[in-house]
Amino acid sequence: MFSSDQSCWFVRKVICWRAVASMAWSVLLLLPTTALFVLLSRFSLFHPILWISECLSLLTSASAIFSFILLCGVVLMVGFFNLEYYTVVPSIACSKIALLGQVLHPRQFVHSLVHCIMGVVVAWCCAFTIGGRYRSLGHPCTQDESSSGPEMCLNEYHLVLLLVGAFIGYSHSLVGVVYNMNYVSFHTMQQYKYLRFKGALPLVVKASAVQALYCLRTFLLLYFFMGYAPRAWICKTLDLNINSSIHSLDSVSSLLDLSLLYHLWISGTFLLLTWYITVLLFRIFVTEVYSFPVQSTFTEDAHQCLPKVITGTQPMILKFLALQDLALLSQHSPSRRLEVFSLSQPGGHPHIWTALSKECLSLLSDLTERLVAHHDTVATNGRAKSQSTGGNKRSTTSSEGSVTSVGMEDMKTPRPGALIRTPGSVFLRSSVGAGLRTPLTIPFTPDLDSPFSSPALRRLTGPLEPQGALSPGFSSIQSPHVMRRGPKLWSASTDSQLNGSPPPSPGPAPSPSQAQLKPSFLVTFLQNRKDQLPEASSQALFADSQVHIWALQGLSHLVAASFSEDQYGIVQTTLPTILSTLLLLQEAVDRHFKLPHTSSKPGHCSCSMGDDSYKTLRFALRSTLKTSVYRITATFGGHLHAVQMSAEHRKRLQHFLEYKE
Amino acid sequence: MMCSLALFPPPLSGDGETSQYNESNTDPSVWFEDSPALNLYFPRESLKPHSRQESSSKSAFRDHCETLYTRSAGAWRDAGLSGLLNEIANSSAEVPKWLGVSSSCVLALLRWVSSFHSSLFPHLTLSSEEMTAEFSQVLDWSDCAVRSFAWHPHTQKCAVALSDDSIKIYNPKSATTPTLKHRLQRSVAALQWKPLCASALAVACHNCLLVWHVDPTSLSTRPSSGCAQVLSHPGHSPVTSVAWSPNGPLLVSASPRDTAMLVWDVAVESCVPLHRVGGGGVTYLSWSPDGSRVLAATPSSLFRVWETRMWTCERWPSLKGRCQSGCWSPDGSRLLFSVQGETVIYALTFTDNPGVPLMMSGGPKAATVVADLSETTLNTPDGDIMVGGEIQSLVWDPRGERLAVHVKGDAGAGRPAMIAVFKTQISPAFKLLPCGFVQGEAGTEPRLMQFNPNYQHGAQLTVCWSNGKITHVPFCFMSAGNPQPGLGGSPSLPLTQGRPADYNNQTLYTELIS
Repeated sequence: MFSSDQSCWFVRKVICWRAVASMAWSVLLLLPTTALFVLLSRFSLFHPILWISECLSLLTSASAIFSFILLCGVVLMVGFFNLEYYTVVPSIACSKIALLGQVLHPRQFVHSLVHCIMGVVVAWCCAFTIGGRYRSLGHPCTQDESSSGPEMCLNEYHLVLLLVGAFIGYSHSLVGVVYNMNYVSFHTMQQYKYLRFKGALPLVVKASAVQALYCLRTFLLLYFFMGYAPRAWICKTLDLNINSSIHSLDSVSSLLDLSLLYHLWISGTFLLLTWYITVLLFRIFVTEVYSFPVQSTFTEDAHQCLPKVITGTQPMILKFLALQDLALLSQHSPSRRLEVFSLSQPGGHPHIWTALSKECLSLLSDLTERLVAHHDTVATNGRAKSQSTGGNKRSTTSSEGSVTSVGMEDMKTPRPGALIRTPGSVFLRSSVGAGLRTPLTIPFTPDLDSPFSSPALRRLTGPLEPQGALSPGFSSIQSPHVMRRGPKLWSASTDSQLNGSPPPSPGPAPSPSQAQLKPSFLVTFLQNRKDQLPEASSQALFADSQVHIWALQGLSHLVAASFSEDQYGIVQTTLPTILSTLLLLQEAVDRHFKLPHTSSKPGHCSCSMGDDSYKTLRFALRSTLKTSVYRITATFGGHLHAVQMSAEHRKRLQHFLEYKE
Repeated sequence: MMCSLALFPPPLSGDGETSQYNESNTDPSVWFEDSPALNLYFPRESLKPHSRQESSSKSAFRDHCETLYTRSAGAWRDAGLSGLLNEIANSSAEVPKWLGVSSSCVLALLRWVSSFHSSLFPHLTLSSEEMTAEFSQVLDWSDCAVRSFAWHPHTQKCAVALSDDSIKIYNPKSATTPTLKHRLQRSVAALQWKPLCASALAVACHNCLLVWHVDPTSLSTRPSSGCAQVLSHPGHSPVTSVAWSPNGPLLVSASPRDTAMLVWDVAVESCVPLHRVGGGGVTYLSWSPDGSRVLAATPSSLFRVWETRMWTCERWPSLKGRCQSGCWSPDGSRLLFSVQGETVIYALTFTDNPGVPLMMSGGPKAATVVADLSETTLNTPDGDIMVGGEIQSLVWDPRGERLAVHVKGDAGAGRPAMIAVFKTQISPAFKLLPCGFVQGEAGTEPRLMQFNPNYQHGAQLTVCWSNGKITHVPFCFMSAGNPQPGLGGSPSLPLTQGRPADYNNQTLYTELIS
């Protein structure tokens, strides 16, 4: 599935093997899970011996092995989808519209469809395992009058179980988008894989049980009202009869059959559990620390060394793991630190340190730029709505670079289009583009975050962009006035919440062509939907901040260690730059946290498998930034007075030296 | 040879305001840099006893009948399954008979199982308050006006938790003393300032952890509860110990009821529980100053030493009692600990290189006894006095030159609680030499002690006394490791002198590093 230019050595040699290992483990774990499922699904309190012997004979039968092989296939498929869809930078929908865009994205559609089918397969295996009345889709029956011989009638229990599987499979895929289940987060604490798995297993079991319960509730409601449709369709397609002597299942009394509910629930739990375990194992394996060599004696391995890898941009995961390794080596490994501080053998240049520090600093200053640009956009929107040109120009110039460097969408003309979509996704994109300078998100960060990329949605948003008709080829390019409005909408929504006024209708029209356009119902509706998630823009700004956190940790630990370990004084030459970068970022972060909605902590949803740690990355970044500056000031103390820096920064640094920040 | 109290110089006959110390009996205020002294006094009468019982506010409200469903939901939310069953069993008039009976049965079964559990771990029968008092590092915690005390690791600032559940922050350079109060801040067992940060203070409370962010430049004397992060985890109460990682964002917390030690990423308010079988809880935590290891004591005769790279642990079972206290040498290579019911100090040496994974293989195989603090009679001009006893807590000064041992004593047997101070040397060989006793005013006993990490001229021990006073005892010395050239010229600094000099040449505990 990887196109040739993206399959770098790291993906081939490390990531794929990690994925394969995680899949192998999930297949192995399928054995006990299945056995447990068999035991629980055939549980009978009053005939324990019969129960155990039946389960044992079932587990050893050939047909059970066939369904087990089917389950293995499903698990491998889920594992493959994990590998294909995972991302280390979450795609954050800044509005409900963007979220809808993600859900309707063709890529997501494939995901949902395949999961739906796999749900059916798993449910079929469950039905087969439980046996009894669930065993097969048709059962012989004798219709009383007309027919002479036995006919096949529809077994509705079987059908319901299959439908539950399909429903849970689809909702798994859907919930995965909404809660970013494909997002792989890195942990602050390092633990061995087994211990991490052991710690997470109870949560996964609980999450799957609870999730299955919720899914079942929704499904039963749906089936109660619309159960007739699939039943009739199946009967028609497969030429089955409906047994009129048995009551159909979409009635209250038959749906409240406890045994049926239990079997449906336990099947759903089993389905989700196997999938969640696969996801969990994949996350654990793929985020494992990879130790890159700091320098290599052979030139052919040079591209695998930390300084090369960290500046590289190919797969995002490589960059993340490289920075994680940098942060860890700077804290824990004196011998590897010595290599960082060493000079190149002929020439005596500190190439390694230069490469590492340069990359970290460029990441940090990129974040600073992003924050400043975001703050400026918000400020201009809030202040003057009619000063269209000024703010417009600024944002155009600020986004110019990012747009040109994005390059992965078919944009022939660099127009300020990228900024139009919800601000968060723009900054996310520009971070990927400008910060890492090449489109490296393709295999690892699926392009789900562009809300208007699906044709359906483009049509929906048509009224929003009257000039869009002039440039039909560029899906994401919109007219400047919308661009200005896009960011304004959610910032204005914060105002409206503060003042208690109703959500704003579209502001004064800046261009004459726009003036004639009456805001239709759809426009108002869409914009109201766009106002919904004000905090998301801040989350989106910091979506990839794990990189920055590691860069900060790595830099500050290396600088602190250089106080005693740097023999040649190579760190001193970069110290002024490092300090000024940190202080500038500190200033930008402080300003950002003064914006409304940025300081509010999101509630934790503990019961879902979705990882919401990206929601709090900005707090982690803020705290790490402060700690990093303190680490440098605490190590160097008064010596920092000798460092060249501007008066403003000196004042700021003095605050840090006096522990007053 | 082992160090014992018999080799100590006898304490001076005590009187007067200041706490006494044999080396330099001086007014502590002199040693407080150029800022006013932080001699604090919290007489117990001035602190209102906290009468905030859960039922106390009930009388102010009219009785309100809720439906069974609402009450059950509330009970489920507040106290989980057992609360729900209790609620159903108690309201037998409103529920069907079978439900009431069956929930009573399940409840009885649960209680029976939990009684079995608590017969394994007797500490589980204690109430939360008793548990905090039992496992706190403070002597007689429930009676003490000062519940906890913490110096800021980098600057002259300290936080004092008082028995009225408030925390006061003193900074000699600032006129404001912020008072921290929070609805959830009850029975504070421990305080610690976050390293490499000016403002964050972790507070171990009754059923949660609070992390206060007290802006040092703010002029407010009552920071709002919005400045506090509440970190709670089901089953994790009461919290009796907290420890920040010396160089990172992590915070570990321990509760005697929870078998898991929680590692918090405070900024994002998420935690990772580290479960291990055995012990029945975690009572005391101490993070080594180099950040590589964490000591975790349990209520049973077992403690663990975690390494913080991959978070694996090493068990130390088969003690005589539970590990009461422990402290790390500044380089993290040596752990001293004391065991409840014993009067000796044990030492563990970690020789391996921190940072190497699986470092535990190089850990020590056995603990050695380095000091004996059993009862001894010392001759003083005023007559013989008895010293010694069980050890309440151990603190090591940040330079590794002084070790203060808080001896519990036994008031009935005429042995007062007191603080014995040892001189220590870590390299090239570990040495422990007697130094002297720290005594308070007549009739007072030390409750809590901590070294000031920011004292320039040696070490400074802050002691909270039973009468509510907090005093600072300076120990002035030239550090052997890094001599400070500027100090010699200052005439007002008495260096180590007097009687202890006689004992200087006695190497009482020496362990050559092989």
